[in-house]
Formats: sequence, C-alpha cells, structure tokens
Amino acid sequence: MVNLNSFLILSAVMFAIGLFGALSKRNAVAILMSIEIMLNAVNITMVAFASAFIGKSDAAGVAVGSRLTGQIFAIFIITVAAAEAAVALAIIIGIYRRISTVDVGHINLMKW
Amino acid sequence: MPFDLASIVFYFIAIVLVGASLAVVLMRNIVHAALALALVFGAAAGVYVLLNAEFIAIVQILIYAGAVTVLVLFSIMLTQGAATRAGSPFSGQWWLAGLICVILCAGVIYAAASSQMALTTAGGSVNLASAPAQDGGSPVKIGQLLYSPFNYSYVLPFEIASVLLLVAIVGAIVIAREE
Repeated sequence: MVNLNSFLILSAVMFAIGLFGALSKRNAVAILMSIEIMLNAVNITMVAFASAFIGKSDAAGVAVGSRLTGQIFAIFIITVAAAEAAVALAIIIGIYRRISTVDVGHINLMKW
Repeated sequence: MPFDLASIVFYFIAIVLVGASLAVVLMRNIVHAALALALVFGAAAGVYVLLNAEFIAIVQILIYAGAVTVLVLFSIMLTQGAATRAGSPFSGQWWLAGLICVILCAGVIYAAASSQMALTTAGGSVNLASAPAQDGGSPVKIGQLLYSPFNYSYVLPFEIASVLLLVAIVGAIVIAREE
C-alpha cells in the first residue's frame, strides 16, 4: 500500500544519495549533478504533501489542501534550481578557463 | 488491496529512481552519470504524474530533462580535458560523507515514520492518479493561484522569480564569456 510515508522515505533515500555525491565527488560538474538530485528529492516531498492534504481539513476546520501550496513551492524550487544550474556551470567553465581543472581539491585560490 | 496498480507503478518508479541516483553518484564516466541523471529526472516526472500533479510533471520534463541535462552535457564537453580519469572520482574522505548520509537518511526515515502528523493526518492514503481528478485538475488551480490578481495568490513571488531568472541569465553570460 502506498501512502505518504512511502514518498517521504523515497525522497529521504534520494536526498541522502545526492548528499553523499555532493560531499564526496571530486569533479565540480558531478557535485552539481548530485545537488540536482537533492533538489528533486525535495520536490517529491513537496508534491507528495500537497497531494496528501487535498480535501483534508486542519483542527480548526480550515481546508488546508485547497491551495496546492506544495505544488507552487515545487514550481519555484524548479525555477531557482534552473537559475542555479546556469550560474554554477558558467562559474565552472570560467574556473576551467583560468586554471585548467575542475577538481575541487585543486581549486584553492581563496584558501590560506 | 495490497497490490493495486498505483502501488506497483510506485515501486517500479522508486526502484528506477534510487538505482539511477546511485548510478549518477557512483559511475566513473561522467557522461554516463549525466545520462543517468536524465533518467532520474524522467522517473521523478513519473512520480509527479502518480501524485496527480500533471503540470509539475510537464515542467519537470521540459526544464530538467530538457534544459538542465543539455546544460550539464555542454559543460562536461567544455571541461573535457579536466575529467579526473586518473585516480578515484571520490575524495579521500568519502567514508565520512557516507557515514553522515546514512545517519541523515536513518534519522529522516525515523522521523517520518514516528511523526504524529504523518500518522494521523495523512497516514491513510495519498491522492494517487487512480483517484478521480477534481474540477479541472491541477493546471487550472495552479494557474489561478499563480496569476490571479484578485484572490490571495502568488503573483509577487512569480514576478520576483522572473527578475531572478533575468539576473541569472545576465550573470551566466558575463561569467562564462570569453575575455
């Protein structure tokens, strides 16, 4: 039986996999791809909550699901993620032009 | 009914999602990882369809599977010579990252399983795609929520998001252009 917890557990597993990639990969593009996995996991959580609360009421009798707030949040997360991907990949390309590597262990210009 | 169609579809998509995510993180060839990332985006769109969120699913395919995947593949191509073929694709402290992620995953699952809200309010069922769609489906409601100037809506965040996209476009061009 599929309920809200199934989606939450799926999203948690995906988020953990993406976090592992973001923390442990050496290629900057691979780190960005892992971050996209984490953003997708969060989006699944948002949409699952929006779907779970459709037609439900809270303790005060106010309909909590009529506004689809979770789906609106998912749209804004997708927007910000697209902007973030464009800027981050531009930064990676700029770094590659300057120092000819995308290995985050070797990008230490601001480290002292 | 333990084996209705929605459950079977959910478990299939979940296995594809987790497997493709693992492939993105674990594959040594970064081009293969990017293609697995496209599979992750497509399977996530399947999850949205399963959750009665058709509009999000279409947006997911257009923006993620279309634009972001192409962007990632282009940046892999432009940084070709730098691919760290020699040596491991992981940093030396990957075991620490794995430990942190296992602890985080276990904590979130424990919290979700024992949460009072998840048990009482929504522990029953999610409105899966097998349920009948209500008045016009999600695209109509989302359109009313995003653009309606009369009701309480999200017009202002929507306009701010357009400014954010403009700034991101200009910033990406300025950062990435040739000197």
